[in-house]
Parts: sequence; C-alpha cells; structure tokens
Amino acid sequence: MTDQHEGFDPVIIGFTCNWCSYRAADLAGMARIKYPPNVRLIRLMCSGRLDPTFALQALAGGADGVLITGCHPGECHYLEQNYKAMRRFQLLRRTLQQMGVEPERVRLVWASAAEGQQLADAIAEMVEEVRVLGPLSWRGQGNGGKLLRPEAEEAAEVGA
Amino acid sequence: MSDKPKFAMYWAASCGGCEIAVLNIGEKILDVDANFDVVFWPVAMDAKYKDVEAMADESITLTFFNGGIRNSENEALAKLLRRKSKILVSFGSCACEGCIPGLANFSSPREVFDAAYATVSTDNPDGTRPAVRVTVPEGDLEIPEFYPVLKTLDQVVPVDYYMPGCPPESHQIAAVIDLVIAALKGEAELPPPGATIGAGDSTVCDECPRTRNIKKIKSFTRIQDLVSVDPELCLLEQGIPCNGPATRSGCGALCPKVGAQCIGCYGAADGVVDFGARLMTAFASVIDSDDPDDIDRILDTLPDPAGQFYRFSLAGSLLRAAKPAWMASEESVA
Repeated sequence: MTDQHEGFDPVIIGFTCNWCSYRAADLAGMARIKYPPNVRLIRLMCSGRLDPTFALQALAGGADGVLITGCHPGECHYLEQNYKAMRRFQLLRRTLQQMGVEPERVRLVWASAAEGQQLADAIAEMVEEVRVLGPLSWRGQGNGGKLLRPEAEEAAEVGA
Repeated sequence: MSDKPKFAMYWAASCGGCEIAVLNIGEKILDVDANFDVVFWPVAMDAKYKDVEAMADESITLTFFNGGIRNSENEALAKLLRRKSKILVSFGSCACEGCIPGLANFSSPREVFDAAYATVSTDNPDGTRPAVRVTVPEGDLEIPEFYPVLKTLDQVVPVDYYMPGCPPESHQIAAVIDLVIAALKGEAELPPPGATIGAGDSTVCDECPRTRNIKKIKSFTRIQDLVSVDPELCLLEQGIPCNGPATRSGCGALCPKVGAQCIGCYGAADGVVDFGARLMTAFASVIDSDDPDDIDRILDTLPDPAGQFYRFSLAGSLLRAAKPAWMASEESVA
C-alpha cells in the first residue's frame, strides 16, 4: 500500500478552537514537540463555528483530509458548542462515506490547552493514516487535473 | 418572420416537467405568443438544430434552458444556445444543480448502465450496452457520448439568470415572463446578471406556518411510518427529515403545509454555499444527545444522509459527484 503512493505528502486542513486546541498547538511549538508539517491549521473561535461547508470546501479544493479539533466535552468556553461540533462531525463523516471519502480522512480530536503532546501525536497518527490511503485528489473532469475552484488556484500561488 | 423578440426553450437531461410547468401558466401563454416569436422549442414545435445554427449570434432574446449536461449532445446545445441567446436562463433544478438525473453522480457510468440495461425488468439477452459508434449493415451510427459526471448548465457555459424549482411554480414563471416583457418595452429593469429569479431569497421555513420550538429528537422517522403527524408542529421537530431549513423560499411551503416534508426542490437559499452542509448543521442541531454512541444510534435512523441532503443538488454541490464517478472521469480523460 505504502509503496503505491511513494513520495505522496498529504495535505490536511486542521480546524482549531481559539481556547484549547490552538493553544495546544502553540504549546507544542513552544515545547519544541515535533509533528509533521502536513497539517495547515486554521483558527476558529470555537469548534462550534465549524460549518460542514468548510470541510467540504477543503476536500473539494484539494485537501487529502480534514482534522477538526476542540475543547474536551464539558470544557467549551461557549458552554456546549463542542457538542454541536461533535454531532455535525458524525453526520458529516457518514455523508462523506457515501460519497466515497474514507472515514479516516475526517477526524475529530479533543485537546485542552495543556495537551500539546497529545495533539502532536494525533496529527502524526492522522498524517500516517492518510498517507497510506493515498491522495484524495478531488479534481474536476477534463480540466487537466487542475483544482476544482479557480480561486483555490490563485490562493495556492501565494507563498507561505 | 416578424420582428418580435425571439424565444427558445430547450431540454437537456430532464424529465419534461419544466415544459409542463411553462404550459401550465394558463392563458398567459397567449402573452408569450403575442410578445415573442417562438423559434426553437423541441417539445412544442418542429425545429432542427441546423435552423438554430443558421441564426445570427445573440438573435434569440430569451432562452429557457432546462436539464443537466449528461452527454455531448447536451453540451453542444448548451454552447450553441449560449452563443445565439441574449438572455440565457438556467431553468429548473436540473439546469441549476443537477436535480434527480444528477443523483447518478453517486455511481460510476458502469453502475448506471447496469441499472438501465441489466436488471430483471430489462430484456437484453445479449447484454448490449450503448456505444458512441456502432457499425450496422446500413452503415456507421453515432450517438452522443455519455459523460461520467453530470454537470450543471453553469459548469459548461456562463448563465445570465437562475430560476430554481422542480419544476418552477407556474405563477413564478408567469411573473418572470411579465417582467421580461415589461423590460423589453422599457417599463421595468432586469435584475443584475447572475441573479436568481422567480423565487424568494429566504428559506421554506420562513414561509412555513408550522410552529417551531427548540424541541429535540431521539430518532428520525420516515413520514409513512408515523401513525399521525402533528398538524401544527415543525416536521423536523417531529423527527421527520424535512429539508426546509436550507431550501429557497418561493413555493409557499406547499409540501409542509399539507403535511409532507420539504424535499428541497427549490435548491439552496441565499447565502447557502452547499445545500447538504447547511442541512447537516440543521439536522445535527435537533439531535438530543451529547454522547457519541447515542448520537450514532440516532443517526442510524437516518439511513441515507447523502441522498437526503443532495437529492436535488449533488451535481451543483461542492464535491459535485461521489468518488466512483470522478474516478471514471479521470480514466476517460487519460
């Protein structure tokens, strides 16, 4: 399996919550904990802000996986929005499975601001799982393998 | 031929319901005849593609194009009518977002052909399948090429206006025709290009008279499995999968008013990027549980979420098609 996708470096879009998981990622950085650079983190105020549209747009735009992170159940800074994120995530994953997207490509991880190591481990694990699955390459028909959305092409031009 | 403005209507991958809806505008059809020359309308009159090809570019004032782009003939006609038309309206759910024919985007072309040519109801002992070119004693035959992924009209050509609905409501069609006639006389202004016409901009819930509480549910139920449906209460809050929260208004909430769930035929409301994503949020919000296993158990009562959410909008959604259809399209390109 792995040989089949040799040289494949997955792109994973990670959504983090401002109060817990983003700080966990920050902590991982400050503590010099290493995790694969394949994940591109986007900070939201809360995992409850995660509209499933964001995940679909990421996959349609060329991402190989989507990581959704938030505060542990019971610890949401907006009381119970992470439960909403959980219900959406479970429905999203079922729907995507019907579209032929493997469940391993969409993952929900809870990480408190103190859990830099746990978040780094979860990222590393997910990157390896997606690497084995291979590229998702949700590309448009007959347009020379370009990304589906032209504005995504423009964004890809901007250097990091 | 008179110097009246010219009107055309074409059907690509569609059922013909849009044409019925146009004829269903009643005596208003006489206004169409009084104000327009109908130059091309395969379901209503005899006209050949070569007649359209012979017309000057932009010589047809108004074209209603219904149906999705399923094959090479649909695509060629979309491009031809785009060139010949001043105003091209993406008419009905199929042209706007794929509709029922777009559900084939869940499957590979092989599965689609198997369903059409190899089930028990089909008498096909030789297992014949359509081919683009076939040689018979009388000569070579050619038929349009079947595309692995059905496309919406605006994925193939630029479109001036969108008119949603499966089919668009007749009174909405009549209002649009009135508007175009008034605009041609200089008495009204056409909406900005790219606008959705003949529909509201809010959701079906906004037009629905049922009461919404913040009630939560422990399971989803098919409407036909219920002994009785509360006539006043929101259907979704009774566990009936109702697509109203994401669906564009304009129909007057016809289905929920008579006790049937909204199936989403008017497509995405203003501001909704992906119809299914909006419904995922709406459905998730009524689930009464904070426990992952319990949520899974509740979701088991919604056996086909993708079919529920993308019944009309798969081809126009962010992902457009499921993986088997995309993989077949990659092969056909390669």
